[in-house]
Amino acid sequence: MIIEDLPPDAADRSGRPVLEVDELTVTFRRRGEQPTRAVDGVSFAVAPGETVGLVGESGCGKSVTSLAVMGLLPRRGVEVGGSVRLDGQELVGAPDRTLRGLRGADMAMVFQDPLSSLNPTVPIGTQVTEVLLEHRELSRKDATAQATDLLDRVGIPDPARRLKEYPHQLSGGMRQRALIAMALACRPRLLIADEPTTALDVTIQAQILELLRELVVDSGTALVMITHDLGVVAGLCDRVHVMYSGRIIESADRHELFARPRQPYTGGLLASVPRLDGVRGAPLHPIRGSARDVIPWAEGCAFAPRCDHAQDDCLTEVAGSTVPLEYDGPGRELRCRHPLEYPRSPAGATAAGAAR
Amino acid sequence: MTAIGDVRRRRIDELAARAGQVPEGEGGVSLTRSAFRRLRRNPVAILGAVIVLVFLVVAAFAPLLAPRDPLAQTLLSEIRPGFIPGATAGFPLGADELGRDLLSRLVVGSRQSLLIGVVSTVLGVVVGMALGVLAGAFGGWVDTVVMRFIDILLSIPSLLMAITISVLLGQNQYALMIAIAVTQVPVFARLLRGSMLAQRGSDYALAAQALGIKRGRIVFGHVLPNSLSPVIVQATLSLATAIIEAAALSFLGLGDPDLARPEWGAMLANAQPFLSVRPELAIYPALCIIVVALGFTLLGESLREALDPKFRR
Repeated sequence: MIIEDLPPDAADRSGRPVLEVDELTVTFRRRGEQPTRAVDGVSFAVAPGETVGLVGESGCGKSVTSLAVMGLLPRRGVEVGGSVRLDGQELVGAPDRTLRGLRGADMAMVFQDPLSSLNPTVPIGTQVTEVLLEHRELSRKDATAQATDLLDRVGIPDPARRLKEYPHQLSGGMRQRALIAMALACRPRLLIADEPTTALDVTIQAQILELLRELVVDSGTALVMITHDLGVVAGLCDRVHVMYSGRIIESADRHELFARPRQPYTGGLLASVPRLDGVRGAPLHPIRGSARDVIPWAEGCAFAPRCDHAQDDCLTEVAGSTVPLEYDGPGRELRCRHPLEYPRSPAGATAAGAAR
Repeated sequence: MTAIGDVRRRRIDELAARAGQVPEGEGGVSLTRSAFRRLRRNPVAILGAVIVLVFLVVAAFAPLLAPRDPLAQTLLSEIRPGFIPGATAGFPLGADELGRDLLSRLVVGSRQSLLIGVVSTVLGVVVGMALGVLAGAFGGWVDTVVMRFIDILLSIPSLLMAITISVLLGQNQYALMIAIAVTQVPVFARLLRGSMLAQRGSDYALAAQALGIKRGRIVFGHVLPNSLSPVIVQATLSLATAIIEAAALSFLGLGDPDLARPEWGAMLANAQPFLSVRPELAIYPALCIIVVALGFTLLGESLREALDPKFRR
C-alpha cells in the first residue's frame, strides 16, 4: 500500500531536494555556564529517494542535528540558527502547531532503542493507529485495518494478533519493525533514522536495513541515516557526510569515500573497523584519544589533537577564518589542510606522525 | 554422518519456523494483568488481600453479622464500680462500660472506620492527582506555583493539620473525611508529578512527539498511564494511614459526635478510664485498627513489587 499508492512523481529522483539544511547551528545555553555549540554551520540536502548518511562518533552532533530538523529540541535554553526547509517550507522558527502537523505526516523519525521508544503500557496496535488518527481523517476501524496492513508490510507475521500485544512481548527486531511501521504510516517525504540498528543484533540489523531500503528508497522518500557504523553507510547510503565536533568535515559519495578517504579522521574511522579478511592477530588501529579531546573550531582544526597528520598550521587560524569546508573534486567537500593523498605514501604519513 | 546432519538441519528448520514467535498463551497480556498474576503467586499479597476482604465483608454486612444491637445496654445492671462483665453466654467479648455488647460494637464500628478511610483516601488521590497532573504536564510557572503550595501543605504535621481542619469545619464525619483527605493530597501530588516528569523525558514520549501526537494526548495517553503505578501503591498504603488517623481524631474527640455510630477510635478513647478494670475494652478495637492497617500495608507492598518492572518475570 505504501509503495503502490504513491503519486507518479514521488519517485522522481532528479527533482528539488526534499530536505535542505543550510548553515544549521544549535547552541545550548545554561545559566552560569559557557554556551555549548553542538552543531556548527551544518549544511546538506537530501533529494527524493536519496539516502544520506551522517556519520561520526558519539557526541559529534549528529543526533542533535536530527532533533533540530524535526523541531524536537526543547525551546528553553536551546538556540537554533540557520535554515531547515522541508519541500521548501522553512522549519526553523515555525510555530509548534505547524511542526506538529508535519511531524509524523511529512517527516518522521525512527529512534535508536526500539524498546524504550514504544510505550510499555499501550498495545502496539493503539500506538500505530494513533498516528493514523492524528494525521488522517479515518474511522477507528479503517485505521485498524491500515495498521494491520502496515505491520504486514514491514514483515511482522500475524499482524492482527500482534496489534493486541504489548511491546515487551515482541522481539527487538519486531519492535523496530513496528516503529518503522509507525514512522511510515502516513508516508512521510522525509525519514530520519537515528542509529536504527544499534540496539539490534547483527542478523536483525541487516534485515532492518534491507527493509528501510525497500520501503523508503523505492517509494521516493528521502532518508537521513544517522550512524556511527560504517557498515550501515556502505550498505545503504548514497552520500555521506562525516561530522566531527559539530561540523561536517568531509562529504563524498559512498564509493569515493570508501575508496579514497581524504580527511585523516575518515581514514581513521575506516582503518579502525575490524576486518574479516585481515591477518589474524593483526592489531586494530583505533583513533587516538576520545571525542572530548577537541579544540574549539575557532582556534583551528578540532580534530588536530588526535590527528596523526596534524602540523603546526592546523592549530592556528588563517586570515581570520578557521579551516573551511572546501571543494575537493567533483561531488566532494573537505575540511582539512593536510588531507590524505593518493596514491598514499606510507613514509610521509609516518614522518608526519613521528614529527609530533 | 548424514543422519546427524539431517537431524541438525531439521532442528534448525524448526527453530527458524518458531523465530519471532511469542510462546503460546502469552498473547495480549497487559501489564496490569501480568502484575495481577504475579500478585496472586505472592503469599504476602494473599494474606493482605484476605485480611482486607474479611474486613470489607464484615463492614458491608455489619447489621446482619452483629449478634446484638450495638446500642442496647443489655448488661447495664451487672456493672458495678470496678467491675465490667467479661465473656458470658451470648456475649463472646463481654460488655463495654455501658453494658453494650463489645463484639457487636466492633462489627458495626468497622463500617465507620473503613468508610472514613476509603472516602478520605479517594478524595486525597483525586485532588492530589489533579494537582500532580497540572504540575507534571505543564511544567514552568504552573509547576512552581503548585509545588510551592504542596510544599507548604507538606511542612505542616499531618495530624496537626487534620485537627485544625476538623475543628474549622465543625464536628461531623464529613469534616473528618475532608481533614484526612487534605493531609493525603500533598503526597499524591508530589508522587505523580515526580513520576510524570521522569516519564516525560522518556524515549517513547519523544517518539510520540516525533510522530506529531498532540500534547494532551501524550500526557493523558502515554505519560499518565506510565506514571500511575506508584500512585496506586501509595493509595493502598495511605488507606492504612487514613484509618489510623481517623481513629486518632476520634480518640481525641474530634470524630463523629453521633453516638449511634460506634467507631474504633472513639471506643478506644472511651475505654481509657477503664484500662485497669478491663483492658480488653481498649485492646480489641486497637487490634482491629492494627490488623486492618496491616492488611492494607501488606497488600500495598506486594502491589509495589508486582508493578515494579525490576521484579517482572
